[in-house]
Amino acid sequence: MFGDKTSKFVVLGGLLIILVGSFAPNWIVNQFMFGFSRALAILGLMVLWRTGLVSFGHAFYFGLGAYAVAIFDIKFGVTDVFLRLLAGAFVAGLAGYLLGFIMRNYRDIFFAMLNTAISMVLFGIVVKTEALGSTDGFAISMSTIFGMSPESKYPLFVIITLVGILAALIVNFYLKSTYGRLTTAIRDNEIRVEYLGFSVAHAIHLKYTISTILAGGAGALMAMSLGQVDPESMINWTVSGELVFVTILSGPGNVLAPFIGSLVFEVLRTYAFELAPQAWQLIMGATFLTIIFFLPGGIWSLLEKFGGKKNGK
Amino acid sequence: MGNSAPILEVRDLLKTFGAVVAAKDINVDIFEGEVVGIIGANGAGKTCFVNMVTGYLAPTEGSIKYSGKELIGLETRKITHAGISRSFQVSQVFHSMTVSENLMIAIAIINNQGLDALRLMDTPEVRSQLDDILSRYKLDIHRDSTVSSLAQGVRKLLDIAMAVVSRPRILLLDEPTSGISVEEKFDFMDIVMGALRDDGVTVLFVEHDMEIVARYVGRVLAFYQGEIIADMPPKKALADKKVQEFVIGKEHHKQKK
Repeated sequence: MFGDKTSKFVVLGGLLIILVGSFAPNWIVNQFMFGFSRALAILGLMVLWRTGLVSFGHAFYFGLGAYAVAIFDIKFGVTDVFLRLLAGAFVAGLAGYLLGFIMRNYRDIFFAMLNTAISMVLFGIVVKTEALGSTDGFAISMSTIFGMSPESKYPLFVIITLVGILAALIVNFYLKSTYGRLTTAIRDNEIRVEYLGFSVAHAIHLKYTISTILAGGAGALMAMSLGQVDPESMINWTVSGELVFVTILSGPGNVLAPFIGSLVFEVLRTYAFELAPQAWQLIMGATFLTIIFFLPGGIWSLLEKFGGKKNGK
Repeated sequence: MGNSAPILEVRDLLKTFGAVVAAKDINVDIFEGEVVGIIGANGAGKTCFVNMVTGYLAPTEGSIKYSGKELIGLETRKITHAGISRSFQVSQVFHSMTVSENLMIAIAIINNQGLDALRLMDTPEVRSQLDDILSRYKLDIHRDSTVSSLAQGVRKLLDIAMAVVSRPRILLLDEPTSGISVEEKFDFMDIVMGALRDDGVTVLFVEHDMEIVARYVGRVLAFYQGEIIADMPPKKALADKKVQEFVIGKEHHKQKK
């Protein structure tokens, strides 16, 4: 079930990163935490992309996950990292499941923009509501692990990496199941899938819900990593665009791709900002163009090329 | 045949698109094991009939009963589960995948409904069904070819093979030989009809080619302007005046010119 090359790579690679993180400087641990948190959302977008669907509004679920952590912290004093993660994934997943009844009926640009629309509604509500922190957002207390308050960020980094490993294994298994293999089939020909006796709407609904659970989990982990939430960096449409950017940068070839792509993005953005504080977007834009023109399969396709597909699919 | 109950019972079927009448007064009984040819000029209502039987189009009025159960109102996938399947005039397959992947997905979908769809797709059981269907439809040599690289005839064969994975009792073929060269069409139909005969499937196929109709069907339904104008054995139908005038007359006329 999990004995394929990709699964082994996910587990070994993850454990290696955890080991390296134990003696790596703080700024590297931070990069990994932000990168891997976001990678969960990218994993979900990858599932949708393989079905031919691109959401330009997943910051809605990312933001819901992040704000769930903040609200549960402020209202109920929830500080446990696992409860926070579950709260974020659950709130976003529930919203995704309910909105999925609408989303599953739309394709192409309508699907993309409908998602943007709902994310902008949430953005507007949060920005205008004092009780939700308005434009300033909230600071989040340090996460605890089984009642203990860690002294460094390393334990949170370990948990984020372990969650990443688990999510990658589950999605990898899902993609090999009948449901998962339907992703490309639906992209190719919905009529045939229906005539084979499978509901395309149900299949898309499931994929959409999975992607929203992952985006919510990503938002929760990001909120815990940053120690704060605010609408501009969690819910705004630019965040949705950033998620799509990283998805394309990563490529849809393998569940490892979102983790690598997200990390590359994090490093790239940090250095672009350092190099050209006023024009860092120029560097990001140029990278994006390079990927689209020369690497339409994303960074993963480059690794496949040099690795001779050793990593397996 | 006459004593047994029909497997498909169509009564007073009507389909209109605004002022356009696509099907009218369609009354027909199909019996188990029959091979029925549906003929008619373009726009006569043949594909519309196939679409209504398979749930792709909802009739305006009328009833379609399969083994006594009403089909109208059921979605296409429910009709597939009930035992009616179809192929398409333009093959509806997964173009970016190989022939094997196409059929494996079809087999896995049929085998794994509901939560079972979370099971792995590529299993020894699926592989063995795949080998069987590849050999019966002579698709072995194309098994690892991507569909987009295949000739039209092979795509059509795959389209039909995909439709029979669900082991239907009734199969509707929409112009199976369109786009296939004259030299290949009989070989193609021999493969298809041979495999279907082995499975005892009731077949209804839409066809423009009268040679194919004469050779493979036991009964002809001739459509003209949404109505069935003849329901009789092929020899009689092809000699029928109305059929000659409204269905094949123009073709003959063109050939004479």
